[in-house]
Amino acid sequence: MQLLELSAIDMVAALRQGDITAVQCATAFLDRIEATNGSINAFLAVDRAGALERAADIDARRRAGKPVGALAGLPVALKDVLCTADMPTTCASRMLAGFRPPYDADVVARLRAADAVFVGKTNMDEFAMGGSNENSAFGPVRNPWDLARAPGGSSGGSAACVAADMAPVAIGSDTGGSIRQPAGLCGITGLKPTYGRVSRRGLIAFASSLDQIGPMARGAADCALIMETIAGHDPGDATSLDVAVPRYTDLLDKPLAGVRIGRVPEHYAEGLDPEVAKGVEEAFAVLKAAGATIHEVRLPHAKYGIPTYYLIAPCEASSNLARYDGAHYGHRSSVGHRGSGKAGSAFESPLVEMYCRSRAEGFGPEVKRRVMLGTYALSAGYYDAYYAKALRVRRLIRQDYLDAFQSVDLIGGPVSATPAFKLGEKTDDPLAMYLVDLYTVGTNLAGVGGISFPCGFTKSGLPIGFQLQAPALGEPLLLQAADRFQRLTDWHRRRPRPTEARS
Amino acid sequence: MTAAPVYTTIIGLEVHVQLQTRTKLFCGCSTRFGAPPNTQVCPTCLGLPGSLPVMNRHAFELALRAALALDCRIAPFTKWDRKNYFYPDLPKGYQISQYDLPFSSDGQLEVVDPKGAFSRRVGIIRVHLEEDAGKSMHDEAAGTADTRIDLNRAGTPLCEIVTQPDLRSPQEARAWLNELKLLLVYLGVSDCNMQEGSLRVDANVNLHIPQPDGRVAKTPIVEIKNMNSFRSVERALAYEAVRQWEEWQATKVEMGKMPKQTRGWDDPAGITRPQRQKEESSDYRYFPEPDLVPVTVSDAQVAAIRAAMGDPPTVLRKGLEARWKISAYDADVLVNQGRDLVAYFEELATLVGEGKVASNWMQQDVLRTLNERGGTIGEFPVRPTAVADIIGRIAKGDFDTSRGREIFAEVLTSGRAVEEVVASLGIAAVSDDDLVALCRELLAANPKIVADVKGGKEQAAAGLIGQARKKNPNVNPGKFRQMCIDLIKGM
Repeated sequence: MQLLELSAIDMVAALRQGDITAVQCATAFLDRIEATNGSINAFLAVDRAGALERAADIDARRRAGKPVGALAGLPVALKDVLCTADMPTTCASRMLAGFRPPYDADVVARLRAADAVFVGKTNMDEFAMGGSNENSAFGPVRNPWDLARAPGGSSGGSAACVAADMAPVAIGSDTGGSIRQPAGLCGITGLKPTYGRVSRRGLIAFASSLDQIGPMARGAADCALIMETIAGHDPGDATSLDVAVPRYTDLLDKPLAGVRIGRVPEHYAEGLDPEVAKGVEEAFAVLKAAGATIHEVRLPHAKYGIPTYYLIAPCEASSNLARYDGAHYGHRSSVGHRGSGKAGSAFESPLVEMYCRSRAEGFGPEVKRRVMLGTYALSAGYYDAYYAKALRVRRLIRQDYLDAFQSVDLIGGPVSATPAFKLGEKTDDPLAMYLVDLYTVGTNLAGVGGISFPCGFTKSGLPIGFQLQAPALGEPLLLQAADRFQRLTDWHRRRPRPTEARS
Repeated sequence: MTAAPVYTTIIGLEVHVQLQTRTKLFCGCSTRFGAPPNTQVCPTCLGLPGSLPVMNRHAFELALRAALALDCRIAPFTKWDRKNYFYPDLPKGYQISQYDLPFSSDGQLEVVDPKGAFSRRVGIIRVHLEEDAGKSMHDEAAGTADTRIDLNRAGTPLCEIVTQPDLRSPQEARAWLNELKLLLVYLGVSDCNMQEGSLRVDANVNLHIPQPDGRVAKTPIVEIKNMNSFRSVERALAYEAVRQWEEWQATKVEMGKMPKQTRGWDDPAGITRPQRQKEESSDYRYFPEPDLVPVTVSDAQVAAIRAAMGDPPTVLRKGLEARWKISAYDADVLVNQGRDLVAYFEELATLVGEGKVASNWMQQDVLRTLNERGGTIGEFPVRPTAVADIIGRIAKGDFDTSRGREIFAEVLTSGRAVEEVVASLGIAAVSDDDLVALCRELLAANPKIVADVKGGKEQAAAGLIGQARKKNPNVNPGKFRQMCIDLIKGM
């Protein structure tokens, strides 16, 4: 078990020093996945053969004194929203079941070049739409801390696999909280970088103006390590920032003296679980003890975050998902189209029937709901009232953040109003489910960065998450503050004792 | 007897032009025409999951060049929008286009008929840039109807040019399109090859019919599609004007009383036919393309493009007229042949030192043979120096123009130098002594002509030229004729 519990930084060091081999490392995690995934369902695909082959190649190169990459031998799990040329990429959708992209996403290519070893593709909410991972076409992920509970979402598989020691590091994506919220509910650390810091090329789009890829690991230091590989300018992504990437790991070990952290009263509205509130207050106390100062800041438009997000994201999604029409790839309905286009048929042509049936069969209910919502909101006569207005509110929210960061360096608070909820608890109430993103959507709407890490546990043993947000390109400070917190606490080192559902 | 139709035809055009770029608008795939289907594609133009567009700067610059030449206002800030609709040759389910902030607007292009029949300034509402869709090839066999998709064209940069309804006749529309094409080819913006689909035209047309009460009745606007040549455009518009006139007389239905109709031109049949109407008008749900960043255009950038652009045809025509003292008609003929031919002409005119003669040789010899042979002026074997050489020898009186033409033809076919051809044909200036001897010989043999000239009919001397040239092809007819007259007068 010792190897499985190593941090990514220690693992890379042990591999470099020859204390362990890449094959040993990969084998340990693959065995762990084999033993555990049945009850957690964190992985949609596991590439045992590919991972071992790659690990053996890295070991051979290292033995021969040839150059190896910065992450040589480190097992990494990839959210199944990232295109991989050597593994299926499904977005947890029937629409893309068995789909193999002809190319690697930019992050995948960077990790490959750094000699990371991909163990598999992780489960998620279909097309990254959801906050519980129950929207996967291939079954929900279970929270390793309580198998009856959701891991959060949409990067639920990535969060759960790290929490359950199935991988030291996973890559997630965050459109409205999809890295930070599951990290919070699973007791791990997850970073949503500034929009444009990590290339989106090869990330299957949900909402292009909000999507961002980031690392998920046990601690902030491991996230810093991964960021050094995955961040950076990509000429193939027009929204990618052409700004030098700092050596995040070198910037960690600094005290928090003089760092101003904002506390937002808007975060303490009704609905915040008292145990979560208490955990968050204790986290503020730790940060204060570490030298930070705590100040009240306002985000006056925070309450409009959810409605704004749930217009902009579905509008973009309705367009981004139009390509899944059965014509070129992905699911195509096998139902015959005879009779369509004739009198009495519900379809105006065989083509339209093929489109309708393929999409009806290929997409799950939440995806359909958002595609319809977005299509409606972009329609003539509604555009100004919905989409255009949402864009205006988004500007106000962004301005809130700019204003707040005039007086503080970071904004702290809860990542999620409640600890992990039970599977099925919110599935009949889409609006209740949308509220799980309450504290996280603002970061995406403002295009800034945020990090989530564990700051305590409920009496029933469920992790409580704390979130820090920073101005654009404030990743060094986010990672530094989270790492400092983790040098003073051990919440992130705690391990679930899984396999049994708690009541 | 019915009254002649009294109406004005109102025409506006929508032109799509493929830009002459090596690669597509948002990816690095080739835009070459005619490659096997689906061989010039990548994840981006296939619309594969996760793929992203990156703007082709060169395409944007070509589009700027076109807009500047069309006298458009260039927006300092322009953005991309998605036009959403489902069709199998549109793999993303949306087209990246420009909606409310096109990169240019409010331009104009004038067309002047060189014979003075009309002169029309046509306003340009907007010029915007967008990506082309792929091609659907429908299997005609009914029942087993299959559609095959070629995405080689998907993502090719297109400029859409929308005019004001300023044109007033099918002839004007055709002439304007010719002028537009000439301009875009001059600028290197597009090859405007309609057969390869690099220029496509839709036309909107209706009639304005003055009423006895002073009101002007307007017929419903019809959009005509499917026109594959400028000639088709002219024919389709002419047909449509008559059709609308007849329909108006029968129904008196005015604009606004029915939705805009789309009709397709059936070229072999020479008629327009209604195309299937959708129940509801399409809603493309335009919204800003989040995968691309807005484009800003600086004054410096605009100035640089303008500086590198070269003169447009209108300026060139005026320039040729002024520099070489040639007629508007001649300047029009030369400029309409393209920039390379104009350069050929100017080189020739400079060598000859005179425009009118050079222009005549261009039109009567160079252009005529070029049209017969095909090929470009750049490949034309008789270069301006050779033509100037021939013209110079004619001016010196070495031989006459028709002899010069023979030499031109020989230079063209043999590829030899003028000097050589002149020598090989035995062309040498006829000495005055030889000429006098020839005159005397012919005058002796033609007493009637001598008598006629003596009687004051000097033109009768021309009757001897043919005979003289039979005896010596190098005889200069003018000189010969004058010498005959002089000799007769001295008799």
